Amino acid sequence: MVHFTAEEKAAITSLWGKVNVEEAGHEALGRLLVVYPWTQRFFDSFGNLSSPSAIMGNPKVKAHGKKVLTSFGDAIKNMDNLKSAFAKLSELHCDKLHVDPENFKLLGNMLVIVMASHFGKEFNPEVQAAWQKLVAGVAIALAHKYH
Amino acid sequence: MSLTKTERTIIVTMWGKISSQADAIGAETLERLFLSYPQTKTYFPHFDLHPGSAQLRAHGSKVVAAVGDAVKSIDNVAGALAKLSELHAYILRVDPVNFKLLSHCLLVTVAARFPAEFTAEAHAAWDKFLSVVSSVLTEKYR
Repeated sequence: MVHFTAEEKAAITSLWGKVNVEEAGHEALGRLLVVYPWTQRFFDSFGNLSSPSAIMGNPKVKAHGKKVLTSFGDAIKNMDNLKSAFAKLSELHCDKLHVDPENFKLLGNMLVIVMASHFGKEFNPEVQAAWQKLVAGVAIALAHKYH
Repeated sequence: MSLTKTERTIIVTMWGKISSQADAIGAETLERLFLSYPQTKTYFPHFDLHPGSAQLRAHGSKVVAAVGDAVKSIDNVAGALAKLSELHAYILRVDPVNFKLLSHCLLVTVAARFPAEFTAEAHAAWDKFLSVVSSVLTEKYR
């Protein structure tokens, strides 16, 4: 089970308070689809994903990015119990969506890069380390119910 | 996996910015690596790893300089990094998983310092390029 120190929690929640969830979710999901094009396999219904500008301008990517990151916000409210917080979503991703858990790690790293580009110097090495721990914890929680 | 012409242009352009802060970027990348992935410190028991240490700065410079060598010979990365490839295979023997971690930390550092230039397209090109560099460095492992 992932355990967060008080400093780590503070590093995470203080930055989260300043995040535009819609914008960051859009960026993170968009970058996933651009940088790792094979991840597009889950989004056949999204329409035009043929180029970086098509992907970043795609309204379905924007909407879905917001959904995903809003859910991530729930993780931040439940840092001490990620596995139970994400139990239902884990079952969904396994049984209905059939997503390889490797993808959770990739998306987590995209979110870290988006945070770095938004916050610059403020996203210093210590802050990054806390966020890496969080995205890893979320990835593990989302994979926990796989069978 | 090979780089397209567009990707090469993007990489070379971004390198122009990176090289202007090469040493600082090298040191910051390593700092991020050791804090986010403490297990990577096992390769440096002989180093003072405190932020700002002379060894960290020197080593960070070395790493970024090697990336620069790869950029300058972007049409022949394997040739440019042949000696380094042997070093990593026979002497250093850093587990291949760590190249991804280092690459990620370099990208985070670049994203933090050059957010406007680090577009999704630039990000994709650099991720691919660092993946090529990593492949070259592990190609002689077995």
